[in-house]
Amino acid sequence: MRRLSSEVIKKAFVDSIPIMAGYVFIGIGFGIIMVDKGMGIWWVLAACVLIYSGAMQFVTINLITGGASFVASAVTALMVSCRHLFYGISMIDGYKGAGWKKPYLIYALTDETYALVCRDNLPEGMDKHTYSFLVSLFNQCYWLIGCALGALAGSVIAFSTEGIDFAMTALFVSIFVDQWTETKDRSSALTGVGVSLLCLIIFGPQHFLIPTMIGITGVLTLIELIRTKRRAIDPFEKGGDQND
Amino acid sequence: MTDAAAFALITIVICGLVTQALRFLPFALFSGGRGTPRYVAWLGKVLPYAIMGMLCVYCLRDVTFSAASGWAPSAIAVALVIALQAWKHNSLLSIGAGTICYMFLVQAVFV
Repeated sequence: MRRLSSEVIKKAFVDSIPIMAGYVFIGIGFGIIMVDKGMGIWWVLAACVLIYSGAMQFVTINLITGGASFVASAVTALMVSCRHLFYGISMIDGYKGAGWKKPYLIYALTDETYALVCRDNLPEGMDKHTYSFLVSLFNQCYWLIGCALGALAGSVIAFSTEGIDFAMTALFVSIFVDQWTETKDRSSALTGVGVSLLCLIIFGPQHFLIPTMIGITGVLTLIELIRTKRRAIDPFEKGGDQND
Repeated sequence: MTDAAAFALITIVICGLVTQALRFLPFALFSGGRGTPRYVAWLGKVLPYAIMGMLCVYCLRDVTFSAASGWAPSAIAVALVIALQAWKHNSLLSIGAGTICYMFLVQAVFV
């Protein structure tokens, strides 16, 4: 049992290293901007704990400095954070039976954490809930450390970190490549990229996420209905076996 | 507490509440004794592939094509990540090399 737990800690830590790089430096950026706008370490930590979403926290700074109304803030938060609905739907079965860990797992389900825990890559016998919990905890520690560093010591960081946020893009691209090579059925991956690009062109970078989510759900459902009709079987029955 | 501080705190709380509500909502709707509806369970299985594609596009949403500096660093670094990952299947290597490549390009080449 002891050996198993050190293995799961090691795997969770190694898998989270790319996120360490991204979160610490993006967090430093957040801390620096907050202090620059006149909000100190306690504001930074409050945003990290209460919101805990990189994209949303940066938008929140703009809402505060721009003096947005509370209704406008709520609507903006809805638009920016709506993609979390998708992660939740996708993890309902994955987080089933997680017990006391479950509220924290849901609270800490950021883009990057989702990218790690949605994969099915654990060795035989490793507890997936323990793994997901550790990944979530490590990631939030990186984020808190980065934001606190930025707030306390942002001005003494000597080297230019411009472009380090590409680590997050690289993380998603590398997982996309893994999924692409692991499965024969590329319809879901292609739908995701295709609908996103189409909606980005039509609706622009600020407003394309909600139409994208609706479009992806619609196209995937349509493909499944056509496929199952052709084979005269019930739709949604196979739980979307992508290796079929 | 000053008015400005109260305003900032309430804004943070609102953004936090909305974000967390969106995280918890699917679990609140579909957990519990009833079991997950077949359609939602199916969505959960097929969505990760589409979501990762969506996240890639989401990260690259601010790319512009009016000048090479708007798209070339991202294009080159993404191509490097794809090539390395398809070849070596080592995420740390792909992400590390891709990020260093991108930082070099935006700081030293396409300035």
